[in-house]
Amino acid sequence: MDLITVREIRVPRTREEISFAPGEIPLGGGTWLFSEVQEGITGLVDLTGLGWQPIEVTDENLVVAATCTIAEFSRLPAQDGWTAHPLISQCVNSLLASFKIWNVATVGGNICTSLPAGPMISLAAALDATAVIWTIDGHERRMPIASFVTGVRENELAPGEILRAIEYPLENLRSRTAFRRIALSTLGRTGTLVIGRLDADGSLVVTISGGTYRPRQLRFDELPDRGALASAVASIHEWYSDAHGAPDWRHAMSAKFAEEIRIELGGIA
Amino acid sequence: MKFEINGESVETTPLPGQVLRTVLRGLDHFEVKKGCDAGDCGACSVLVGGEPVHSCIYPAHRLEGAQVTTVQGLGTPEHPHPLQQSFVDAAGFQCGFCTAGMIVTASTFTEEDKDDLPRLMKGNICRCTGYRSIKDAICGVTNTDHAAAGQAAGSSVRAPAGMRIATGREEYTLDLKTTSLLHLAILGSPHAHARILSIDTSAAEAMEGVQLVLTHLDSPGVLFSTGRHEHRTDDPDDTLVMDPVLRFRGQRVAAVVADTVALAQLAVKVIAVEYEVLPAVFDPDVARAPGAPQLHAEKGEESRIGDPTRNTVAEAHGHIGDVEAALEASAATVSGTWTTQRISHAALETHGTRGWLDKEGRLVLRTSSQVPYLVRDELCHIFGLERDTVRVFAARVGGGFGGKQELLTEDLVALAVLRTGRAVQYELTREDQFRIVPVRHPMRINVTLGASSDGVLTAFSVDQLMDAGAYGNHSIGVMFHSIGESIALYRCANKRVDAQSVYTNNPPSGAFRGYGLGQVIFAVESAMDELARTLGIDPFEMRRINTIVPGDPMIGHAVEEESDLLYGSYGLDQCLDLVETALSSGRGLDAPTGPTWRVGSGMGLAMIASMPPRGHFADTTIALQPGGRYDIGVGTAEFGNGTTTVHTQLAASALNTTVDRVSIRQSDTDIVGHDTGAFGSAGVVVAGKALHAASTSLNALMVERAASLGFPDGVVEADGVRSGDRLVTAAELLESGPLVAIGYHDGTPRTVAFNAHAFRVAVDTASGEVRILQSVQAADAGNVLNPEQLRGQIEGGTAQAIGTALYEEVILDGEGTVLTAAFRNYHVPQMADIPDTEVFFAETHDVTGPLGAKSMSEAPYNPVAPALANAIRDAIGTRPFELPMSRDRLWRLTSGLPVRNPHLA
Ligand SMILES: Cc1cc2nc3c(=O)[nH]c(=O)nc-3n(C[C@H](O)[C@H](O)[C@H](O)COP(=O)(O)OP(=O)(O)OC[C@H]3O[C@@H](n4cnc5c(N)ncnc54)[C@H](O)[C@@H]3O)c2cc1C
Ligand code: FES
Ligand code: FES
Repeated sequence: MDLITVREIRVPRTREEISFAPGEIPLGGGTWLFSEVQEGITGLVDLTGLGWQPIEVTDENLVVAATCTIAEFSRLPAQDGWTAHPLISQCVNSLLASFKIWNVATVGGNICTSLPAGPMISLAAALDATAVIWTIDGHERRMPIASFVTGVRENELAPGEILRAIEYPLENLRSRTAFRRIALSTLGRTGTLVIGRLDADGSLVVTISGGTYRPRQLRFDELPDRGALASAVASIHEWYSDAHGAPDWRHAMSAKFAEEIRIELGGIA
Repeated sequence: MKFEINGESVETTPLPGQVLRTVLRGLDHFEVKKGCDAGDCGACSVLVGGEPVHSCIYPAHRLEGAQVTTVQGLGTPEHPHPLQQSFVDAAGFQCGFCTAGMIVTASTFTEEDKDDLPRLMKGNICRCTGYRSIKDAICGVTNTDHAAAGQAAGSSVRAPAGMRIATGREEYTLDLKTTSLLHLAILGSPHAHARILSIDTSAAEAMEGVQLVLTHLDSPGVLFSTGRHEHRTDDPDDTLVMDPVLRFRGQRVAAVVADTVALAQLAVKVIAVEYEVLPAVFDPDVARAPGAPQLHAEKGEESRIGDPTRNTVAEAHGHIGDVEAALEASAATVSGTWTTQRISHAALETHGTRGWLDKEGRLVLRTSSQVPYLVRDELCHIFGLERDTVRVFAARVGGGFGGKQELLTEDLVALAVLRTGRAVQYELTREDQFRIVPVRHPMRINVTLGASSDGVLTAFSVDQLMDAGAYGNHSIGVMFHSIGESIALYRCANKRVDAQSVYTNNPPSGAFRGYGLGQVIFAVESAMDELARTLGIDPFEMRRINTIVPGDPMIGHAVEEESDLLYGSYGLDQCLDLVETALSSGRGLDAPTGPTWRVGSGMGLAMIASMPPRGHFADTTIALQPGGRYDIGVGTAEFGNGTTTVHTQLAASALNTTVDRVSIRQSDTDIVGHDTGAFGSAGVVVAGKALHAASTSLNALMVERAASLGFPDGVVEADGVRSGDRLVTAAELLESGPLVAIGYHDGTPRTVAFNAHAFRVAVDTASGEVRILQSVQAADAGNVLNPEQLRGQIEGGTAQAIGTALYEEVILDGEGTVLTAAFRNYHVPQMADIPDTEVFFAETHDVTGPLGAKSMSEAPYNPVAPALANAIRDAIGTRPFELPMSRDRLWRLTSGLPVRNPHLA
């Protein structure tokens, strides 16, 4: 929809040109920003003109620019040993949004929107990816995506900061993973989404999102038994409630999925 | 900036914050629709550089150098894109408002993509079709025929507008250019119940571009109802154009008329209002108790409110026999309380009106209405105008489902046009549709049944309570209808019915497909199923034992001595047989395997009168044109009901011609004398009947004219009248003057139609997921005039009802605020949610309808929810009492937890 309070859109081409006056915020693809009334927003700073390389693979990381579209990300071919690669398409398909939105929506935009049902958050958290943040003073800071999102529509960005990229450790992409998701309808908005990652050293991390206010991670040095996993899930007390599922159902589904994932990754029934 | 639209270069300067959709419409590309303006529905899909996007969320500042393709750019009626042709051939649309977006999206698909349609099409919502015909269209399946002269009735001919819709040429309500158009936006009440103490509009008025600000001080003092019926006294007069007392959140406090939508919306924000907040009530059970805050206490008898001191809009109580005694003597009894939720019609086109003064100074309104004549009459009443000074008409309307049997935008536009003398438009947003447009009445229904050991019903009692919301529009009619055919369907010596329709400070409820029947049928058919179970009787058998047969009186809430409702035909028995046979065929999907899945089946039945009681009127005209063409005038609006197609078929059949020779002018108060409108499923059986009569008269007039020219014993055929070897052409017939016939129908007597539905389902007790393995509906629609269209109505009704049964819910916070004000939070079924339904027709021929046809547009919705509930009950062993049977509710049910209102926990 037209954003009627917006008076200016700037498209910076360099970092130096990026600046935010009060009432101004970053614009990624715009698929969330233009989908709701934005009270009090007077200006947008379009990050998609900065020409960031959408996807790079370094020695250590898969680096995805915040402005990489979800469509581009979903087309990334697997590389040797990336056993976790199917997670990309599983998470992309977890968006309520269809492929037409993926053509415009950005990975960074999804993370910065910081909805419980943000599957790019689920993916990055499950792979213990790192947020690369451009600070106002021209520097960078890094933090785990799992702690970057702090609540519903809340994250660690200070005003004027932007998300530059997400670094997915290649090592974690080589882990075995298992994925479960449910919504109130087959292709609906996520009720809860659970990803398990079994690393080479035998440790397991279970990441729950969608059903919780922010991504929650349960870590185990080795595959836990049924009871240990169940009590870890039970230690999460805050379950999200909205039109996409009752909190007790989200809790129960998360527990069920966590157990299914434990078995899938080799746990003893 | 410069970019291309459909290969043509354009230059324009979008506003900051503007999206591609409004840029395109601003450049007269009206083929780009708005269903939500929020990215959710896909109606606005276009290609940018060959990639499909939702133009309503595509920032316009990125367009420099872009190549934009709309549905118009894909093909023309003369040279359509293959998909445009196949949407026509497959009848892949009803209202057609989603079609442009569907075609643009599907135009990017490869052959392999066709195996993945539910996923790829999840961003395209269709409210009308149930998606089967859309899948057919994308896959190139043809479902329509061409009928030979005189053979149109009974064949699946195409909707006349098909190619225009598929190529983006058909105009909907707001799809036209009006120069120097003003736009209207409203300030909605922040309170559920309040009185306006003062209102300061000066800041808004001072804004550049603001032309007018309206408040309750500008409102005519005439009370009316937004609900429209043939008799204006059917609804309570409890509403003002603008009222100093606000009774629900979002109710109009002020309206701004300005040069642009944005200006009007910005100006609204600077209106300063002082409110006295009043006590409010949100639960109808509390509202009807003594001491509750009263909503309309100041209104007198002339408002026709049941009891304003008890917040009752209306109530009904009736009985025959002695239910208590009968229950006591019954071998088996069943009792339960069922609840249904608020449903949004979710017609893809939001409500909108554009108004202006014509050259003669008449007020003209072009509006998204199912009832243009009734809107005109009521506007005359409100504003004290003569009928010949007001013209109301509808272009093609993008879906209705009862939601456009209301006067929701027209009154404000009329006021603004009369005040400014200029053209004014008021277009609701999708959010408005959820917050301030009436929803389906939520009901609480207690049903108690008793039967003898051989399954004969002995006692039948229903106690119904419905939440009217803040205004009484349709809340009388819906109440009476809800306890009519739902109960009359069963023969029982002892019946008792109590019903109350109660005001609360929730947003108003209103007319919705089925008009109250669906809610009570959900309860009654569930209870009947439970009773059959208790007695160990098969549910089909239970119906055969107890449903009425011709000759039985139809007794709902009252014993109507003088009813005009008769058995014009009877296909209930066939419907039961057809559905039972299909269900036992073993067709359908295999159930998922796994220890937590349970399989079950169930059925539900529904009866409906073919049209509303106490008169539904239609005038029609038909005129012979040179070249053997016919020009029809009818009042009925087309909003996906398919009536227009059937009207051409009826005329073509009566005049022995083909449908392409028949053109229709419609839904305009300038065209015919009167038409009650397209509701209560009346389009075919009232206006159609009138038109068929007119066409038959014209046939006789043509033969007579030929005889008077010396060519006796003529027979009408496509090019004129044949008398022996001589063809008297239309031109010759017309030489001695025009040939015009009129037809009229008063909507009486009425007949009954039946629908039976059955499902086989699998339910995952671990998650609450329901998978529909088989879906079957049989309909008794009388003589079927257009099988493909009828199939479409049944599939669409089924899909909407599956939405009601499993997914949809306008959730309130308990204090009158809607929490689900966008499609992303209100789940209208996507392609992935809707199974194909096997559709069967009973073979009947009705004595009342045109060529033996009965109405069939609301009816298919009604038996679906109980059939699904009964199947789920069969699968999991516990009965769901609350709609929607969402996964979280069913999971609670299978886990032995209380189900109620899980989203408010
Ligand atoms: C039909 C539909 C379905 C959707 N379904 C889902 C869903 O299931 N789950 C979900 O999470 N979302 C969903 N969305 C919302 C949205 O489309 C996605 O979250 C999308 O990924 C947002 O990306 P964007 O680039 O379009 O963000 P934008 O709309 O451009 O921005 C979103 C927010 O992030 C900020 N932002 C963007 N980029 C940056 C950056 N680099 N640094 C700092 N801040 C930034 C913006 O200021 C804004 O606050 C849906 C949207 C639609 C229309
Ligand atoms: S209008 Fe754009 S997606 Fe609905
Ligand atoms: S035909 Fe699809 S919304 Fe009406």
